[in-house]
Order: sequence, then structure tokens, then C-alpha cells
Amino acid sequence: MGEMEQMKKEAEALKTQIEAARKAVHDTDMASAAAGVAPAPQVQLKTRKTLKGHLAKIYAMHWSTDNRLMVSASQDGKLLIWDSHSGNKVNAVPLKSSWVMTCAYAPSGNLVASGGLDNMCTVYNLKTPVIKTVKELDAHTGYLSCARFLSDTEILTSSGDTTCALWDLETGKQKTVFLNHVGDCMCLSLSPDMNSFVSGACDSLAKLWDVRDGQCKQTFQGHTSDINAISFIPSGNAIITGSDDCTCKMYDIRADQEVICYQDAALNSGVTSLALSTSGRLIFAGYDDFNCNIWDSLKGEKVGVLSGHDNRVSCTGVPEDGMCVCTGSWDSFLKIWN
Amino acid sequence: MPVINVEELTDLDKAKMEVTQLKTEVKLERAKVSKCCEEISEYIQSGADEDPLVKGIPEEKNPFKEKGGCVIC
Repeated sequence: MGEMEQMKKEAEALKTQIEAARKAVHDTDMASAAAGVAPAPQVQLKTRKTLKGHLAKIYAMHWSTDNRLMVSASQDGKLLIWDSHSGNKVNAVPLKSSWVMTCAYAPSGNLVASGGLDNMCTVYNLKTPVIKTVKELDAHTGYLSCARFLSDTEILTSSGDTTCALWDLETGKQKTVFLNHVGDCMCLSLSPDMNSFVSGACDSLAKLWDVRDGQCKQTFQGHTSDINAISFIPSGNAIITGSDDCTCKMYDIRADQEVICYQDAALNSGVTSLALSTSGRLIFAGYDDFNCNIWDSLKGEKVGVLSGHDNRVSCTGVPEDGMCVCTGSWDSFLKIWN
Repeated sequence: MPVINVEELTDLDKAKMEVTQLKTEVKLERAKVSKCCEEISEYIQSGADEDPLVKGIPEEKNPFKEKGGCVIC
């Protein structure tokens, strides 16, 4: 038997064992376990602000930890920093490459980052008299799909080259490379304690990683297409994923499996983005069909919809204080709802 | 950390990587789904009272509301 044949056989045997182990603890699912929980009230949120300023599709947005400022990225070649309370633009950062796919705000508020088809993550200092590029992180061999700061000295990136990476912002070099996906990595989410993160990829898998030792700890199956969005729930014990297969799922980390699927026969558009309310009770999921659907995370039911965009909802975000949800769209607008 | 050139990974390399990973994952201790869901459910419910998007935000405390003008109730 060739080596490849042998590897495949071994993999199949191990997968069968893992499925059996998961089945052995699968004594219920979330909807059944939460049968006695009162349903979340129907959620009717109003658009409080429409932020106009981008001239092309918006691909990403991220809240600052001050709950007021936010950064958005558009293929008009700009990052815009907004004051969400007034609706005013506070800063504009011109990008070297207009093919941006992600942006991030550092927890300190001092730095923002962007990246995309240039395969690089560029970090900017917002606090110098004129906004300066402080680092160009150049080592990925595929597009930059997502970036998240751990601090002013470390950033995590996910890439179309199938890897994620942890970078040292002082040296500009990769400290750790996370290699295990076999498809483009599309999204990542840091755990609340910052010791681990999860990634979603075009291989339809989500993976849990240890930030420090670079090891993949767990793999979550179930989706049948690219995972475009991922987030830890606030306790850190479960993750929510959103996929091109038109569903979102919750995976429990300690049970190592899917515990509920958020789907509706009438929904046949892919999920592009997702964000959770502060308790984790509500999931705001952006879809290709121009809407953002609101799901009750415990019951698996749709409890509301945010309609108002004229094109795909590409990004969603809830600030730390949970006072609103922001949606960004290919229609070039951002909307603030509560 | 050695530089990994992802482009140079052969199908056999990827197959070996998969088997190595599965050998790690097969050893995981898995908790009962019922216990996990109960904990998640309790955690989420306990936060719901403080969750502005679940319980609603009074007009006067809403930092995003439009200022001035008439309000049609």
C-alpha cells in the first residue's frame, strides 16, 4: 500500500473514532436543553444613524473599545474613522492598495490595521500629528482576510494562503504561524482570555488554536461550505460560525461539537458576517440577500431582521458596551441600529 | 520559528499533517452536551438583564438617537 493510501486509511479510522466519541456525549442539543427558557422578545431595532462617506463597497468595520469610535474599510481605497455618536468622520487613512478586505482597531485606540489582496497587514498610528504607517507586515503568500490586535505589540492575521499568524509589531516579523487548514482562512476570533483563537476557512472547518504554542487543539465540522464569519460567545466556552451554506452554527468547545444550527428554509443566501449582543443571547448575522437576521442563540429562532441596505451586508459589529449594532454594506453605507 | 512555505506542501505532506492532527484530537476529553448547554444557557440568561439590545434602551439614555426635532410617538 502506498504511503498516501496508508495515510488516508489512518485518517478515516481516526475520524470514525472521533465521531464515536462525540456521539457518546451527545445526549441532547441546545434547543432541547433550552426548551424551558422563555423566548427572546421579538427585536425591532431602528436605524439611528446612516454613515455616508465611502464611495465604494464597504468590506469591513471594527469598533474601538471606547464604544464610540469605529473604523471602516472600503474598496474606495480608504479607512474611515467615525465618531458614531455624532456621525462625523474623525480621520481618513488613504490606503496604498485599494483592495482591502479587513480592518481592525487596537484595544488601546492608538493603532488601526488594514489588509487585503496586497497580502500584507499595514498598521497605522492614529495618535501622531499626521497618521503614520508604522509597519507593513509582509510574509503571507495569500490575501489578508482578517486581522485582530491583541495589544499595541501583537496582532493576529488570517490569510488566503491557508495560515494564520501572530506578529510582533516591534520587529514586524511573524512569531508563530498556525498551519492546519487546507482552504483559505476567512475569519478569526480571539477568546475573551486571549490565550486562544478560532479560525474559519474555505475548507468548511473551524479550528481552535493556542496563541502561544501554535498548536491546533480542536477542529469543528458540520458546515458544507466556506466559513466567512466566526465569534466566541462572551463566556469563551462556545463559538458561533456563519457560512456560505446559508447557516450559522454554535459549537461547544468542551463537548467538541455542534450544538445548534441557525437556519431557515426561506434563507438561501450565504452568511457574510456576524456579531453577538453583550450577553450572547442575540446573534446578528449579515447575509448576501442585503439583510441582517437576528437569531435567538438559545432557541435557534429568528427574532428580527435589520432591513435597509441596498446591497450585501458585508460586516457587522457590536461595541463592548452592547449599546447598538453596526452593519456595513456593499451599498457603501454603515448603519447604526438599536 | 522556521519559515513554512505553504506553496511547497505536497498532498502527502497535507495527508501526514491531517493524521498528526487527528491523533491529537482523538485524545480529547469531551464533556456531555447536556451539561455544556446548561452552562451556556445559564451564562447567557444571567447576562440578558444587562444586555441593552435585549432589554431595550430608554430614549433619554440612547447615545445614538437623533438630537432635536419632533418625535412622533
